[in-house]
Amino acid sequence: MIGGPRRLRLASVGFRFEEVVLQPTVETALSQIDTTWVIVAAILVMFMQAGFAFLEIGFSRGKNVGAVVAKILTNFSIAALMWWAVGFAIAFGGAAKIAGDAGWFFGFGDHLNPSYFTELYGTESINGAFSGFIFFQFVFCAVSLAIVWGTTLERIKFVAYPIYAVVFAGLIYPLVAHWIFGGGWLATFGAGVQDFAGSTVVHLTGATGALAALLLLGPRKGKYKADGTARAIPGHNMPLFGLGVLILWLGWFGFNPGSTLGTADGRFAEVVIVTNLAAAAGVLGALIASRLLQKTLDVGMIGNGAIAALVAITAPSGYVEFWAAPIIGVIAGGIVVLGVLMFERLRLDDPVGALSAHGLAGIWGTLSCGIFTSPRLASYNGIGEEGLVYGNVSQLGVQAVGVAAAFALVFVLSIATFAAIKAIFGLRVDAEEEDAGLDIAEHGMYGYPEQFIPVPELEGYGAAPTARAPAAPAVAYSTREEVPAT
Amino acid sequence: MKLVSAYIRHEAFEPIRTDLLELGFPSLSIMEVKGSGRQKGITERYRGAEVTNYLRPKIKIECVVASSDVQTIVDTILKHARTGAVGDGKVFVMPVEEAYRVRTGESGEEVLQAHPGAAAGVAS
Repeated sequence: MIGGPRRLRLASVGFRFEEVVLQPTVETALSQIDTTWVIVAAILVMFMQAGFAFLEIGFSRGKNVGAVVAKILTNFSIAALMWWAVGFAIAFGGAAKIAGDAGWFFGFGDHLNPSYFTELYGTESINGAFSGFIFFQFVFCAVSLAIVWGTTLERIKFVAYPIYAVVFAGLIYPLVAHWIFGGGWLATFGAGVQDFAGSTVVHLTGATGALAALLLLGPRKGKYKADGTARAIPGHNMPLFGLGVLILWLGWFGFNPGSTLGTADGRFAEVVIVTNLAAAAGVLGALIASRLLQKTLDVGMIGNGAIAALVAITAPSGYVEFWAAPIIGVIAGGIVVLGVLMFERLRLDDPVGALSAHGLAGIWGTLSCGIFTSPRLASYNGIGEEGLVYGNVSQLGVQAVGVAAAFALVFVLSIATFAAIKAIFGLRVDAEEEDAGLDIAEHGMYGYPEQFIPVPELEGYGAAPTARAPAAPAVAYSTREEVPAT
Repeated sequence: MKLVSAYIRHEAFEPIRTDLLELGFPSLSIMEVKGSGRQKGITERYRGAEVTNYLRPKIKIECVVASSDVQTIVDTILKHARTGAVGDGKVFVMPVEEAYRVRTGESGEEVLQAHPGAAAGVAS
């Protein structure tokens, strides 16, 4: 028995308090189970921030790791506030074609304009169950924002993060989310674009923002030789990278299965199976592709294979039968290896491979709905039609329009934002700061102090040189100024 | 025979290495060192407190060459290591008594480097 709403009521006679327990109806009990599942799933998705942090830290050099921690915390926090202020309203505040229009600075009981989800929650004002939905959608926005920055590691100025985060969580992501998730024009284009949990909305959006930033940012110092050939800048910690991948994999069990937004018919458990089958196939696909193309078993590529497959299965996870998942996953695993090698040749320096794992795999995943969506699940979800293998061509075209529209919107808004940041603040640290590392240059401290500060100085064994040779006070990262003559 | 011992910035190493290879001087060793000179240190601020680090990381190159080649080596190092700012480093030249090649037991200047001027130059 689920505990139902309790009320204390003042008895009309005398001064006794009488407790009246209202038995929960089956309907409220189900609603509570649904809300519980949505919140558990949202928390799993929130934990993906840790996955992104460790993945990026592992792929960075040791002099740029503290910066990742500062960035993840800052961006997640800005996104949380922006989502409350404007993001949610644009994404889910009504079913208009372009943008929602109610729910700014939402509060409990606020009235919303009718949309897809007000019907689902049986109310047009924000209640407890609907709060779960709002939080679940927010952590998606935060994941999308986190994806943007892996590509820009080790050289971007910190100032770019908060500015782009405000625009991204307040405008860019909510627009895409509204168009596909929130009842905008893509949700009703053709039979509707199918994107169950956001291969396009979340992952392609993040990767497109990353591409816009990268085009204005350029490669890391030393990434390309004078003759233009690429050289490796190995990340400093593959075990941390692996931990990041596994945390993301875990988080995806909230990401896709949580997008059922409830527990009806046990659908979320089916989605768990589909998600896991695809990820497993993605690891093996990348393993094989790495062996064939690189003649080695590249640890980073194998991890990226899991990520790419999870990204690819995100859109079709609620639309395909179990058998299609390994096919979608193994292809994504191959795509990510080819993509990383291709971007490297194109002089697009992407330290974590996000353009491939989230961009190319996101496109593949969204299109794969148009191939593998089963008639049973298309009609269950009430969005779109069955895919190519069931003899229907039109859904693939609808999916392609969805990808193209989302990419165009995000790319234009992102490149405008980054160009403005570049013009006003500059987008990239100077060469000396890049050599010294972002940790000491931008944050005044090292991620791994013992690696950069000799033990005698760190422990204070030696007397400070100021005692005998009075040097001017040292300043952060300024390593080329002359000490005054004694 | 002379030992050229140079303390340089990290980023100067690769162009020096590339030039020395082309000139026929493949044999050298490097060390990651930390040291101080007229360059300032840097201060790390950690949760409100400071720790100042006066020792800066540098690359030390050691390269033993025939006396007649010393100027070539030093010029190459000076050319690439100089930015004009404090902290560019220093170069020292020291005499060397004798040199042996471990593989064959040969001794003398011919075991040192591989440039065309070296007596028993082996390019491989």
